[in-house]
Amino acid sequence: MRFDSLIDSVGRTPLVGLPRLSPSADVRIWAKLEDRNPTGSIKDRPALWMVEQAEKDGLLRPGCTILEPTSGNTGISLAMSARLKGYNLICVMPENTSEERRQLLRMWGAEIISSSAAGGSNEAVRVAKGLAEKNPDWVMLYQYGNPANWRSHYESTGPEILEDLPSVTHFVAGLGTTGTLMGVGRFLRERVPDVRIVAAEPRYGELVYGLRNVDEGFIPELYDPEVLTTRFSVSSGAALKRTRELLATEGIFAGVSTGAALHAALGMADKAVRAGERADIVFVVADGGWKYLSTGAYEGTLDEAEERLEGQLWA
Amino acid sequence: MAIEVRIPTILRTYTDGAKAVDAKGATLEELIGDLDSRHPGLKDRLVDKGALRRFVNVYLNDEDVRFLGGLETPLSDGDTVTVLPAVAGGSR
Repeated sequence: MRFDSLIDSVGRTPLVGLPRLSPSADVRIWAKLEDRNPTGSIKDRPALWMVEQAEKDGLLRPGCTILEPTSGNTGISLAMSARLKGYNLICVMPENTSEERRQLLRMWGAEIISSSAAGGSNEAVRVAKGLAEKNPDWVMLYQYGNPANWRSHYESTGPEILEDLPSVTHFVAGLGTTGTLMGVGRFLRERVPDVRIVAAEPRYGELVYGLRNVDEGFIPELYDPEVLTTRFSVSSGAALKRTRELLATEGIFAGVSTGAALHAALGMADKAVRAGERADIVFVVADGGWKYLSTGAYEGTLDEAEERLEGQLWA
Repeated sequence: MAIEVRIPTILRTYTDGAKAVDAKGATLEELIGDLDSRHPGLKDRLVDKGALRRFVNVYLNDEDVRFLGGLETPLSDGDTVTVLPAVAGGSR
């Protein structure tokens, strides 16, 4: 495959079957490998769509400064786009996000403003909104409320899945900004009768406060509960266990939030088996495991890894 | 038929500090009734006027029961029910 530039290579990621984790020939699980995007995560799609929409709307001109609350992946994607298109980038992120993410952002030339760990992503959003008010010439793309976020999935991720797997019955993804679920969900609902749209949200320990969790005080403007069929709440322990299972049985090295999505996918697979229904379940591998090595998620026993992950944001 | 019920810290005063207890029931409503017979007062913390309390989340095998059937959600042997307060930290 040949592209004119790195930005043009966003999307068209592989969809791979998981023959060992699928319960039967009738109930199959498929992984959408979003870590194969240029900066290694699904966020390359919404970042590019948001930047290009802002350009079309005349908000962004070369030399402009982009401001964004992000726990990492969106920032990394924006940093790559900003570098290639000639913008400055300032990211507001909670201080308890992994060191790899910070180093990557700095490497791509982004400036980082830390918000308190206790406030989680809610606090990062609040700080960013305050900075945007004080600096009217900065452009906040605001992934939690920007329709270009869900449209990126409606126009790219969703069509790719349906083209590769017309028999799809379930789509499972993490619930953060809600953009992936809203975009792919709307696209599939218009074309696949009875398709199930399933959210996997992180359930953190009591040490982590104020999260990007729709029940915990912050509801992204993009969220429409009508698009979802159901929601799973996945503990750090279950997410870690599934992340390791994915690597051990199918060879896929993914980040911890992918383990949460797989956990929900396996839950739906189990229900399909019990009901005697056919199922083709697609779940999103949002990113690879590289950026989480320092969290200790992949070393020692599960209990040790869970303990190390306590107090950290993993999705 | 035994179903494991995981209890959040703030409700463990009702279970003598136990993190998880076993209970029985063909539906979530029956399960909560059975829990209340052995841990009196627990039902009142979970249910109000015939529905789950607003700030209580209940998950069946990690799936939100509000998307399943609420109190009428059917249960099976070996299921795990998790009770969580909807507001985990108190910070907004």
